[in-house]
Amino acid sequence: MVDHLAMSNDVTVTLPRIQERIPTVVVDDAHVVYRVYRGAAGNQSPVAAFRRMVTRTSAPNVREVHAVRGVTFTAYRGEAIGLIGTNGSGKSTLLRAIAGLLPVERGAVYTQGQPSLLGVNAALLNDLPGERNVMLGCLAMGMPPAEAQRKLPEIIEFSGINQRGDFSSLPMRTYSSGMSARLRFSIAAAKQHDVLLIDEALATGDKRFRKRSEKRVRELRESAGTVFLVSHQLSSVRDTCERTIWLESGEIRMDGPTEEVLPAYEAFTNGK
Amino acid sequence: MANALADPDSGLTPAQLATRYGLRIAGERPSLSRYTRQLWQYRHFISAYAHAKLTASFSNARLGQLWQVLTPLTNAAVYFLIFGLILKQNRGMDNFLAYLTAGVFIFNFTQTSVQNGTQAISGNLGLIRALHFPRACLPLAITVQQFQQLIGSLLVLFGIVLATGEPLTLMWLMLVPAILLQTIFNAGLTMTMARLGAKATDLKQVMPFILRAWMYGSGVLYSVELFAEALPGWATTVLQFNPMLVYIELVRVALLENAPLLNPSLPLTWLIALGWTIVMGLGGYLYFWRGEQEYGRG
Repeated sequence: MVDHLAMSNDVTVTLPRIQERIPTVVVDDAHVVYRVYRGAAGNQSPVAAFRRMVTRTSAPNVREVHAVRGVTFTAYRGEAIGLIGTNGSGKSTLLRAIAGLLPVERGAVYTQGQPSLLGVNAALLNDLPGERNVMLGCLAMGMPPAEAQRKLPEIIEFSGINQRGDFSSLPMRTYSSGMSARLRFSIAAAKQHDVLLIDEALATGDKRFRKRSEKRVRELRESAGTVFLVSHQLSSVRDTCERTIWLESGEIRMDGPTEEVLPAYEAFTNGK
Repeated sequence: MANALADPDSGLTPAQLATRYGLRIAGERPSLSRYTRQLWQYRHFISAYAHAKLTASFSNARLGQLWQVLTPLTNAAVYFLIFGLILKQNRGMDNFLAYLTAGVFIFNFTQTSVQNGTQAISGNLGLIRALHFPRACLPLAITVQQFQQLIGSLLVLFGIVLATGEPLTLMWLMLVPAILLQTIFNAGLTMTMARLGAKATDLKQVMPFILRAWMYGSGVLYSVELFAEALPGWATTVLQFNPMLVYIELVRVALLENAPLLNPSLPLTWLIALGWTIVMGLGGYLYFWRGEQEYGRG
């Protein structure tokens, strides 16, 4: 193995290997600890809460959860990576750390551009019609108004919310949970992201929509982006991702090609 | 060995690999000038969001946008009934109705900005976690939205002022800079409240009391002459620097012929107003920016 830096004066020798792999996300021994406030209500009296404030002792109602323990991996441009693991294994926490929404306790997460996290709870304005939400979402992703206007019909079409009549002009609170999840995904997928993080967002749609969105994920990936997909639906991971990371108790159990990781994971979950 | 290398092909550690390809630490705060430029690029989002919020707030009401004018009108009517007709706070003032309405509307502009500001981050966590935009868009959108509300209120106020026999003078032009200064002040204050409200969730419970006290200290509901009579000298001096009192007095001077004022000199009043605008506007922006990477966490 040759060291690039040491031989920097004859790069031409080492360059024409395969196409250069450009990293988009580098996670270096990341630990994420988050604190849960159980609220003063818990099982303690107001007097106890007041005494704690006066004596300035740290609240006993704060619990620390060490959700990600020393994860290291590198994701490259054009990759779609599935994140699997049993409930509470730290998948969503890891995604939020990559999105910069949770600070890392130790280690570091480096990203290219600004990763966008798409989750099921990504709320829009429920009192406004779908099409207004599309416009707002597009503007919030930094599109100029003209481009947002141009993409509007495309996004509505992709989401398929108009299949049962003109829903796009109705307030979003009238939508079913599947419909609003579809609209949210369609908005986020309308823009080219350097790094797109999808947290179970595809699970809510029906089968037809899932097929369409899986296709869209592949397109996004091909046009030089990196996609992370958290899903409990292994078929969805199998169809979209060629690489899979299996997290268990906040640590990487396995990281490799999907066709190797999935069978191992299935054997693990079935064996339990 | 294999574990320490991020990229087995190049033999670099993760940190070296990241610097080599120009990757940045996730969720890093942009520099102030970069942040300001980003914010400018998102101006369309700010106005669209403000407009959407305004529409949404009336979407369940049958009279819809009409409430934009009806709400301040009803407000003024209730206060006039209690403080003007029942408690007789007019103390022989020429035009107490217009005096009161001006105070109520101008104070309300800041009050609602502050109230909504505490919710700007904590009430939009879904949006914040899903999409990346400069977070200052949210408190700024609130300011824009409240400004649009104020325009409706001002129309009502103009009607009341003219109907109660005040002349239309050149002094009315003073309204433009006065409202502009107050709007910038509000933007700064809303950003401050947004950051405070993002962390301290108890703030929402405390705010009504602070705002109530602030209102009583701003001479909204009664003549400001009351302060000079009832309070010791130092307290009156302190109140003269109360930003809300100052902004309200500027509007009263502009619209009313014989409004009683607490601040004796008009240039000084302008100076205090300008000072508060700069301190709050700039300070609030800096304070909000310094917390940029924290919003949506937890």
